[in-house]
Amino acid sequence: MSLKSKLHELKLKYQGKKMAPAFNAFHTFLFSPDETTHAGGTHVKSADDLKRTMNTVIMALIPVLIFSMFNAGYQHFSAINGFPADFSLMNDFLTWDNFWIGIIKVLPLVVVSYGVGLIVEFIFAVIKGHEVEEGYLVTGMLVPLIVPIDTPLWMLSVAVVFGVVIGKEVFGGTGMNILNPALTIRAFLFFAYPTWMSGDKVWVYGARERSEEILAGANVDAISGETILGYLAQNKGAEMTYSVSDMFFGFIPGSVGETSAFLILLGGLFLIFTKIASWRIMVSAVIGSLVMGLIFNQVVDFGWIGESSKFYGLMSFDFWKHLIVGGLAFGIVYMATDPVTGSQTNKGKWYYGFFIGFISVMIRVFNPAYPEGVFLAILLMNVFAPTIDHYVVRGNIKRRMNRLKNATIYPKDSDGKAEELKAETV
Amino acid sequence: MSKDIRIKKGLNINLVGTAEQTTSKAVLSNVYAIQLSDFHGITPKLMVKQGAEVKAGEPLFYNKNMESMLFVSPISGELIEIERGDRRRILTLKILADKTQEAFSGAALDVENASKEELKAVLLKSGCWPFIKQRPYDVVANPDTTPKSIFISGYSSGPLQADLDYVLQGKEKELQAAISALGKLTPGKVHVSVGSSKSPLSSMTGVELHNVSGPHPAGLVGTQINKLDPINKGELVWTVTPQDLIIIGEYLLTGKFNAERVVALAGSSVKAPKYYTTKIGAEISTFLYASGVNEENFRVINGDVLTGSKSKPDGYLGYYNNTVTVIPEGDDYELFGWNKPVFNKISATRALTFSWMQPNKKYDLDTNTNGEHRAFVVTGQYEKVFPMDIFPMQLLKACMVKDLDEMEQLGLYEVAPEDFSLTEFICISKQPHQKIIREGLDLLQKEIG
Repeated sequence: MSLKSKLHELKLKYQGKKMAPAFNAFHTFLFSPDETTHAGGTHVKSADDLKRTMNTVIMALIPVLIFSMFNAGYQHFSAINGFPADFSLMNDFLTWDNFWIGIIKVLPLVVVSYGVGLIVEFIFAVIKGHEVEEGYLVTGMLVPLIVPIDTPLWMLSVAVVFGVVIGKEVFGGTGMNILNPALTIRAFLFFAYPTWMSGDKVWVYGARERSEEILAGANVDAISGETILGYLAQNKGAEMTYSVSDMFFGFIPGSVGETSAFLILLGGLFLIFTKIASWRIMVSAVIGSLVMGLIFNQVVDFGWIGESSKFYGLMSFDFWKHLIVGGLAFGIVYMATDPVTGSQTNKGKWYYGFFIGFISVMIRVFNPAYPEGVFLAILLMNVFAPTIDHYVVRGNIKRRMNRLKNATIYPKDSDGKAEELKAETV
Repeated sequence: MSKDIRIKKGLNINLVGTAEQTTSKAVLSNVYAIQLSDFHGITPKLMVKQGAEVKAGEPLFYNKNMESMLFVSPISGELIEIERGDRRRILTLKILADKTQEAFSGAALDVENASKEELKAVLLKSGCWPFIKQRPYDVVANPDTTPKSIFISGYSSGPLQADLDYVLQGKEKELQAAISALGKLTPGKVHVSVGSSKSPLSSMTGVELHNVSGPHPAGLVGTQINKLDPINKGELVWTVTPQDLIIIGEYLLTGKFNAERVVALAGSSVKAPKYYTTKIGAEISTFLYASGVNEENFRVINGDVLTGSKSKPDGYLGYYNNTVTVIPEGDDYELFGWNKPVFNKISATRALTFSWMQPNKKYDLDTNTNGEHRAFVVTGQYEKVFPMDIFPMQLLKACMVKDLDEMEQLGLYEVAPEDFSLTEFICISKQPHQKIIREGLDLLQKEIG
C-alpha cells in the first residue's frame, strides 16, 4: 500500500478526533489535500494557498539566514583578531570556521524559535479544533534573524511563548492578530531584558564571555561588538572602521539577519516580483526614512545643533545610510509588509509605509536607551493601520453617499393592476 | 451618448475545451425538470397536481409572494414527480414529455402599441417574467416596481462560456421585440453591451450600445452597471441575459413559449465540445454523451466553472444556463503540492507558479481546492481582479459579521454573487466569497427590503 493511501486511511481514522488538526498539519505538509470545491462557489481555484505564500517569504529569507551564519563567525573572529587587512570573500568570509560559529550560535536560535512556536500553535489548534495555520512558518524564521546573536535560548523561548500567545492566539490566530507576532517577540525581549538586549556586548559572539573573563581577572583584551548605530549614538562615529560597502553587503555587527542590505534588497525584489509582498509599503517606507533622514541632516547643516549635542552623531549620519545600517531594511522588506497587521487598502499602504520609515529614523535618533526604532515604529503603525484604512474606506463611502443625492428612485406601482392577474390556484 | 467600457483589472481564465462553433440538435429528452434552486428567494405554490397533463407554456406554479408571477412548463407532457426536500420544500418538478408537443395558447402582442401595464401582464402570464432579474439582491424582478435602467450584457468573458455572438445569430427579430418591450418598462435607458460589432445585438434600436473590452469580468453585467450607472440605495436595475431575450421576444411575436436554447457543452472532460440546440430543463445526458466524455471521474456543471451549480450527467439544464461545463474532479492528493513549482495551474501570483509566463496558454484545471480554507491573510490581491469601485475584502468582512450599515455603505447593493467569482477563484485563503455575498444579500433584503 502506498504512503498516500496509508495516510489517507489515517486521516479518516483521526477525522473528528481531538488530534485531527495535529495530524492534518503533518499530512498537508506532505500532500496537498484531496479536497474539492464545494457547491455554491467556484468549481476551480487558483494554484496559490497560504502555505505557498508563506513558503515564498521563507525562500526570500534563506539567503539572509545563510549569510548571517557566516557573518556570525566573521564578526566573532574579527573581534578577536582584528578585521582582515585586505578582505577576500572566499578566504575571510565564506569559511568553514565562520560557518561553524553560525551552526553553534544561529541554528539553535532557529530551532528553538520554530520548536517552541510550533508547539504553542499545535496546542492551540488542538484545543480550539481548527487547523494549524501557516503564519508561524514565517514568524519562526523572522524571530532568530531579528534578535542579537547572544540571546540566551531560554529568553528566546519565553519571548516566543509570550509573542505567539499574547500577540496572536488570543486574537484568534493567523489573520486576526493586531500586532506582528515576530515584533511582539522582539519587543518582549527588549523590554523584559533591557540590560541584556542593549549595549555593545550582545551583538558579537564571544564579547560577553570575554568581558566576564576580564571581570574574573584574566589578562585579555575586551571585545567590542558595538553596532554602527551604537557608535553614532555615542558620537564616536570617527572610531568606526566600516566602509559603505561593508554596510551595504553586511559585514558589520548587528542583529543576526539584519546586516546585509544587499541580500535583503534581493529578497525584497523577489517578494515584489512574486506579488507576495506589497511594493507600495516598501517604496513608501524607503521614502519616509529618507525624508526623516534628510530633515535631520538639514538640522545639522543649519547649525541648529552642535557637535556637543548627544544627537549629533546620528543626526549628521548621511540620510541614505540609514537604510543600510541597523534593522531598517530588514524591517521594511519582511516585517512592514506583513499583510495581516499592515494597512489593507492600497492607498492606506502608502501612508502606512511612509510613517514606518519616517518614525523608524526618528526613534532611532532620539531613543536614549537604544539606537534603533524599526520594531517600535512598525508596532506603532500596526496599531494605526486600521485607522488609516478606516479613513481610506470612508473616502469610498463618501463617494457613494454623494452619488445617492442623484438617485433615481421610482415609487412602486400602486394602480392595483397586479391584483387582477392573480392566478387560479389548485 | 454611448460610453465604451474598458476594463484593465481582471483575469482571463483560459481553459481547455472551448466549444467548437457548430450546433447539433440534441436528442429529445424523455423527462424535463424545473429546478426550484434556480429561482432564489421564490416560494412556489403549485397550480397543477401530480399526474396532470400540461402543455408547453402552461403554468406550473406561481410565486407565493407575488401571485401574478407564473412559472410555466417548457414542454408538454405529464407532471410525473414532485421532488421535495426538508419541510416538504419543493426541489424539482419533473415532466414526462409527450410524443407530440402541444403549445399552450397565448396571443402575440403588438409591442409598439401596447401599454406598460399590458406588457407586464403578458410577460407575467406567459412565464417570461422570471427571466428578468433585478439588482440589488440578484433575484427575480418585482413587477410592481420600476427600474431606473435595464442592462443586457452581450459579451461573454467568463471561462468557456457560450459565445453570445454565435448563439444569438439569426435571432435579431426576437431580440428587437424583447428589447422594445423592455424599453417600455423603464423610464430610463436600456443598456446593451457588446464585445464586437459582429454581435447581433449591435444592430438593435432603442438602446444605448456600449463596446466592452478587457479581461473577465468585463462581460459580467455587474461590472458594466458599475461602470455606466452604479446602483444607489433605493434604486433598482433590471438585467436580462440575451438568450432569455430570445424566448421573451418569440413569445411577444408568436404568443408561444418556446423554451428552446443553444447551449455550449464545453470543458476538458468533453471529447468533442460544441453547441447543442435543446430546451430548458432537458436532461444533460441527452447531449453530453453525444459529445462523449474523456474520463470516469468528472464533474458536470450547470453554467461556467466560476458561477455554475454542481450537477450530474443525469441532471437537468438550468433555467438560466446556456453553458454546461464538464471538468475532471480533483479529489486526489498531490505530493508537496504546496511548495513545488506549478506549471499546469492558473495563478494570480508568481510564487513558483508560472502561468504569468504564458498568458494565452489553455489550462486543464480540476476541482481541487489547491489548499485549505483559512482566515483572510493576504491583502491587495482581490483589487487586482476586481474592477468595481468597491473594496472587496472590506465588503466581504462586513457580510461575514452581518454589519448592515457597513454592507450598505460599502456597496452591497451594487453586487451579485457572480461579481465575486473571480476574487473567489484567486483567493489564497480559499474563502467562499459568493456564498458570503449571497448570505449578505439575503440578510440585507430581509432586514431592509
